[in-house]
This record gives sequence, structure tokens and C-alpha cells, in this order.
Amino acid sequence: MLQVNDIIHLAVTGLAQGCAYGLIALGFVLIYKATEVVNFAHGEFMMLGAFAVLAWSEFLGGSFWPAFVLGCLSIGVVGYLIDAQIMRRIIGQSSASIFIMTVAFGFIFRSLAGMIWGWKTLFLSTPFGGKIEIADGLSIGVDRVAIIVATVLLCGVLYLFFSRTRYGIAMQAASQNQLAAYYMGIPVKRLVSITWAIGAMIAAAAGALLAPITMVDTTIGFLGIKALAGAIVGGFGSIPGALLGCLLIGIVEPFADYFVPEIKGVSAYIVMLVVLFIRPQGLISQTFEKKV
Amino acid sequence: MQILFKTRYEDDIGFLVKTGEKVRVGMVLAFLFAAPLFLQTYYLSELSLLLVYAIAGIGLMILTGYTGQVSFGHAAFLGIGAYCHAILISHGVPFTVSVVATMILCGLVGMALGRSASKMHGFYLAIATLAFLILVETLLGEWVSMTNGYAGFAVPGMKILGASLGKAWQQYYVNLFFILLVIVGAANLFRSPTGRAFLAVRDSELSARSLGVNVEWVKIQSFGVSAAITGLAGVLLAHQLSYLSPEVFGVLESLKLMLMIVVGGLGSILGAVFGAILISVLPIVISFLKDVLPPAVGQQPGLEPLLFGVIIVLFIVLEPLGIYGRWMKIRYFFETFPYYRKSSFVRQKSYLKTERLR
Repeated sequence: MLQVNDIIHLAVTGLAQGCAYGLIALGFVLIYKATEVVNFAHGEFMMLGAFAVLAWSEFLGGSFWPAFVLGCLSIGVVGYLIDAQIMRRIIGQSSASIFIMTVAFGFIFRSLAGMIWGWKTLFLSTPFGGKIEIADGLSIGVDRVAIIVATVLLCGVLYLFFSRTRYGIAMQAASQNQLAAYYMGIPVKRLVSITWAIGAMIAAAAGALLAPITMVDTTIGFLGIKALAGAIVGGFGSIPGALLGCLLIGIVEPFADYFVPEIKGVSAYIVMLVVLFIRPQGLISQTFEKKV
Repeated sequence: MQILFKTRYEDDIGFLVKTGEKVRVGMVLAFLFAAPLFLQTYYLSELSLLLVYAIAGIGLMILTGYTGQVSFGHAAFLGIGAYCHAILISHGVPFTVSVVATMILCGLVGMALGRSASKMHGFYLAIATLAFLILVETLLGEWVSMTNGYAGFAVPGMKILGASLGKAWQQYYVNLFFILLVIVGAANLFRSPTGRAFLAVRDSELSARSLGVNVEWVKIQSFGVSAAITGLAGVLLAHQLSYLSPEVFGVLESLKLMLMIVVGGLGSILGAVFGAILISVLPIVISFLKDVLPPAVGQQPGLEPLLFGVIIVLFIVLEPLGIYGRWMKIRYFFETFPYYRKSSFVRQKSYLKTERLR
């Protein structure tokens, strides 16, 4: 039978895992809000980020933080170029083509990463070793605490960016109505590319922070699908909704794996299907019926 | 340029209107019927696999290309069809009964999925179908008593009305029969009110609703038809593979189907066939490239997905209408010979289509 301690332990693990999903989902939601493109390659941005940080830290001789910043920036450049060179050309095509396009990017990134860095699992040394004792017999890894802190921190920074800065408000305007934003003289194209860059940078940061838990190899991008499921549970259009959904998925998962081990790994999708069945727009809806 | 004079009622309802079309289709049919005479067994079984994928592609095309509902989960119907048929015939059910039962089962599952999906749209639907696929794959793997799990399931040989049809050329003709049936059926569907309603829902749900189309029911119908046809492809695939395991019907298979119809050309039956040809020819080209390229590049394990990805990206950016669109342009060039202009197929300026208001 489950002890209270076990329940708390599972819940804490789930919370940390949920925050990790949330960190990945942040980038998804940003890009979706700005361009209505669901970036299926987001998990691969994360994977590339982890590899980039690894490569930079090898280049710089093992120091983590400069490598972290440089790695995130380089993936940001990749994100910017992806939008400016390719995604911009296919605006207005059917959503099926756009989905397939981002999935294809995923394939390309994974193959390229494998070709450059090899297909073996690598290890990224981070300053987040050790464990923190919360109560007796209950401890949590510093790496997981770092993820929770980073998620909260990034949410705060993004909130301030979108509500206080000139660029942030312009991005909000562009995401609400692109054409109207053009008429107001907002450089929508550049803003959209910058949004892609920010999304990619968040993904890269997530990849580097998750590296102690997931290790670094070409398959960690699949975590992105679960983050996507979490974001959908909450409602894709809003950042708080997506975070809520990710936390929910993260907390449900360890319990489901504990009680029903047959469905290990797929419980997130069951939760998502159930939620979508009851509320087709997710828990916090962002779509409205058009009035004629 | 050919000018058409319609002198009989049959001219008006015929599938193939122009002489050129009739000649081309006749040539393709003649080739397909005569293929077993001159093709080696290996190429013949590749060709019959191509026919199976073309059927699956048409199934997905009805849903995604004609009704506008994106599904990343169609490999699930392929899997359900293959397993259901294999289990039925291994219990001694005759082929004909089993095919019909499998198609009905797939159709019903598809309608159930469509019922829950009729409220969703866009990528919510795409992800929901993806999750459905993952669940079906897990189910096929975990339900050991029925499917023999990950150990695999051997499919009994094909027997129709007592006659054993195990040879490659016999299976080929069975596949050919079914694909002709599906193509004629699909072409007819889109001349009927039901099919027209599919198109209306794809182009604008709002205007379809204003015209009195029951949008939810149309989506359910579309899912049902599409799933039944994909299930049929699953049946034929089971005989083609002769050994089933759940991994075959995974996310990659679904993406392959999606790639087929997007690269082939969304919104045309011919596009699905072109897509099937492409994905059958591509592995041959890639294995050829592996020999030609320097070993440092050619022997990399990631080369195949990389080329797949690059081809998709190039097609979507440079030729959004797919292979079918390119074929249409070439045909138009010859049909209207001196009059073809570069601007003949220039698209309108396109803007972001929002899904938040619908």
C-alpha cells in the first residue's frame, strides 16, 4: 500500500517533471501565439540546444554558464533563420502542409545532429549535482529544483517582456491580428522571426537544464510530444493554461505508472484524449465562434 | 487545344472526357495488367506494395485532402485492419467475409474517432489522432492473447473462394482489383452530394453550415469512409508482409502516409497515387545514392531521414501543389501550347489564416 511519504515523493517528482514539460511547452506556445504554427520540431530545437551547449563547453574548456548562454544564442539564430528563410514563404498554405513541414525539420535536425555529434549518448556536466533534503527520507535533486526555478523565472521574465516592453506589446498586437498590426507600422515579419528565435532559445535552455536527467542524445526530442500533449490539455493559446496542463500531465504520470504499469509512457496521451473529449479546446479555451 | 463537343448524355457523365486522358489511362491500365508478364518477382511485389500504399493514400486523401481534417493517426487504421483481418482468417473466416467485416470495423472505429474529433479542429485534431495512434500501437503490443504482442503474428496465406492465391502475381491482381474499385468509388463519391459536402466543409465550415450542411455529421462520415478504405489497405498489407508486428504501424508509418499525400498533391486522387510512387521509388534512389556518394556521407545512418526531410521541405516551399500540381502544369503547357505563360498558375497573395476565429 502507498505510504504518505511515497505519495509526496511521487507528487514532487511529478511536479518537477511537469515543470520540465512546461519549460518546453513555453516555446511551443510562444511560437503558436505569434504565428499559429505548431512547431513539431520544437523537441528537436531542445535536442540541438543540449548539443550546442555541450559543444560550446568543450570548446571553452568546461565552463557551464558561458557555454549555456552561447549555446542558447546559437540555437536562437537557427530559429530566426528557419522563420526568415523558410516558414515565411509558406504562410497561408493548408495546415497539413505546415505540420508536415515542421515534422520534416525534426527529421533533418535529428539526422544532422547524429551526423555531427554521433548517435551515442553523451553526458553534459552541469553545476546542478547533489540532492536537497526536504524532510527525513524525502529528497529532491538539485537538477530538478533548477528546472522548477528556471520555469518560474522564465515565466516572470516573459510576462514582464510582453506587458512592459515596446517589442513585447508589438508582438502581442501582431499575434492578435497580423494585418492590422501591419497597418499600424509594426514590422510583423521581423517580429515573427524574433519570436521564433526566442522560442528556440527557450527550448535550448530547456534542453541544457534537462540534460542531467535525460542525458544528451538524438532521441530526447521526443519529450517534445509529451510537452505538446500537456500544452493541449491546458489550452494551447495561453501560457498559464499550457503550464497548468503540463503540471497536470507531469503529476498524473508517476501515479499512473505506479498503479497501472501496463500503460507506462502513454498515460499522458490518455489524459489528453479524455480532456479533449470533454473540452475540445483544452481547459482554458482561446478560440471563439465567428459571428456573422 | 482540344475543343469538346458533347453530343451524348454519356459524354457529360463520363470520368474521362478528353481523348488524351483516355489514351493515357488506357496505357497505364494496359501496363498494369500486363506487368506480371515481364516483371521479375521482386519488382512485381514492390509494385503490388505500391498499390497497397496508394489505397491507403486515397483513404487519407479523402479525409485530409478533401475534407480538410488532418490526421496523423492513419497508420492505426492500417494496423487495426491488418490485425483484425489476420485474426479473423486464422480463425477460419473466409476472405470475402473477413474483408467486409474488417472494413466495417475500421469504419466504425473511424466514425467513433470522428465523433469525438468533430468538435476539434486544426492541430488539436492532429495531436488527438497522433495520441490515438500511440494508444492503438500500445494496445496491439499489450493484448498478447489476441495479437501475440511484440513477438509478431503470422498471417495465413490468401484464399479466396477456396482458391489459394499465394503467388506474387496472384496477390498483385487482387491488389489491382481493389485499387481500381477504390479509385472508381472515390471518384464517384466526389460527384455525389455527400462528397460535395466534404469539399464544402474543407473550404469553409462556416459557409457550409450556412448552406445547410450538417458539419459534424459530414466529418463523421468522412472519418468513417477514410478509415474503411485505409482498413482495406491494411488487409492487403497484411498479406503483403505476411508477418505483422505492432512497430510496423507506428508514428513513422503515419508520417509516411501524410508525406505521400502532401508531396503527391493535396486534394486529388491522382496525387495519392503519385505520392505512393514517390515513396516506393525513393528508397531505391537513396540506396543508389549511398553507393555514389563518398563513404563519409553515404554510409551515415541518418542519411535516409535527412533526405526524406529535405525532399518534403523543398516540395512544400517550391511546389505547394505537389507532384500533381507539377503534372497539371506540364499538361497545361502542352494542351495550350503557345499560350502558356509563367503567370498561368500564380497563386494569390496569401495571408495568415487564423484558427482562433472560426
